[in-house]
Amino acid sequence: MTDAYVVGVDMIKFGRFPEKTVPQIGSEAALLALDDCGLTIHDMQALYCGNLGQASGMVGQRILQEIGQTGIAVVNVSNACATGATAFREAWTSVKAGLYDLVLAVGVEQMGRGLLGGGGGGRGISKEGLLGSGTMPAVFAEAGMEHSRHHGTTFEQFAKVSVKNHHHSTMNSKAMYQIETPLDVVMNAEMISYPNTKLMCSVNVDGSAAAVIASEKKARELGLMDRAVKVRASVLTSDPWQERDLVMPDVNSCTRSAAAAAYEMAGLGPDDIDLVELHDCFATAEILHYENLGLCKDGEAGRLIDEGEVQLGGRVPVNVSGGLLSKGHPLGATGIANIYEVSTHLRGEAGKRQVEGARIGLTHVIGLGSACGIHILEKAA
Amino acid sequence: MVDKPLPAVAYLKIPDAGEPYLEGHRCSNCGATFLGARANCSKCGARDHMGTIRLSNKGELYAYCIVHRSFPGIEVPYVSAIVDLEGGGTVKGNLINVEPDPAKIDFGMPVEVVYDDALGRRDGDGNAYLSYFFQPRTD
Repeated sequence: MTDAYVVGVDMIKFGRFPEKTVPQIGSEAALLALDDCGLTIHDMQALYCGNLGQASGMVGQRILQEIGQTGIAVVNVSNACATGATAFREAWTSVKAGLYDLVLAVGVEQMGRGLLGGGGGGRGISKEGLLGSGTMPAVFAEAGMEHSRHHGTTFEQFAKVSVKNHHHSTMNSKAMYQIETPLDVVMNAEMISYPNTKLMCSVNVDGSAAAVIASEKKARELGLMDRAVKVRASVLTSDPWQERDLVMPDVNSCTRSAAAAAYEMAGLGPDDIDLVELHDCFATAEILHYENLGLCKDGEAGRLIDEGEVQLGGRVPVNVSGGLLSKGHPLGATGIANIYEVSTHLRGEAGKRQVEGARIGLTHVIGLGSACGIHILEKAA
Repeated sequence: MVDKPLPAVAYLKIPDAGEPYLEGHRCSNCGATFLGARANCSKCGARDHMGTIRLSNKGELYAYCIVHRSFPGIEVPYVSAIVDLEGGGTVKGNLINVEPDPAKIDFGMPVEVVYDDALGRRDGDGNAYLSYFFQPRTD
């Protein structure tokens, strides 16, 4: 099987663009990614498009209506917060299978404001606030408290995640925010669902990201290997049965199984990873994933954040982009935006936030329901 | 509109005679417990092995969060709790009769299921509902 490479990748600056359509937002990243490798839509053999909000709206085809209707295969993907990673993985799969040599993956989302989840639906009366809470901040607060139960993780340790990621985003002009948030500011922000304050919840933003994936033969033929990033592993998992599944979505098991499979596929281990972009939809979630991804042993996540091992300059920097907490979380775009971030470091083009000497990076997203996507990327030799 | 309250969720049963209770479904092949009826077991994949069980009203607090921001009209703060019931089954609901303060809430604390009106909520037809809550247990 051929190796597959990211040869072009980019994202737009995340923000709020109510005046634009979803395909317009998506087409901007598509063109940026094509420009990044000097190709055009006429070179692409297929488009894999990730979007949640208009999942039945043929967003991929409408992106082509914005940038060139070449008649290629279009696959529209929806997989909760793993949507972008799933679109990327479908694109990767088609190249690995030898079906295509050059494909485009786009992730795009236009978000509303406010709380996600907890809307209820169904017959009868609303269950929100009657049978606990189904809002995302509450669900991930409960997941964090499960960690506290087992390992004594504190509110302050969760809050430090947000301090770190907001700090990182001050060095990323494409992040929604570039604002320092000291610990007391994070901890004293409006409490949404204890232990997550408002500054410990990801930002609802509009955004898009895109990647051009090429077979090794095509990448060499086009002279694109200098900045190419090799996809060492691509894994997608769903949640295996767990006894509390029905009332407590399990974000841990599918991440652990995806991580194990990804390390095996890459022939690497956690110690080989130079930087990580993981799914910090809430500050509590990031703590869980240090352990789920094997960045430390179970029970050591609190120590990892306390000792600065996961900040820029630390042993394994996590979310140097600013993460979902400050870069923003346009659901369908996030998975590919992560791949842009890691690729940018592997190319040595990340400027002030560059992880020095980065050679191998890992991206992780999780969509509640649940879907976990992990990619391990390496600078092409 | 019906005279007696309706159950807030399908797994809350209100018998004509006797106390309300929570109903679970258990796989006789692997023992997995579920809320809500299902044809097949999602743990072991067995078909036609599901049967109903009456869930215990006693359990312990597994995890929780304290909700301070919710949708308009919902009283905050409140404790959203995950409770493991004795004999199997995990249920989510509001933990009441406890201060919504992490210092006052212990993981593993014994709780009981109590049944009461669904906070005055009515459906479009004006029907009242019976719901369930968790409260600290002293025994």
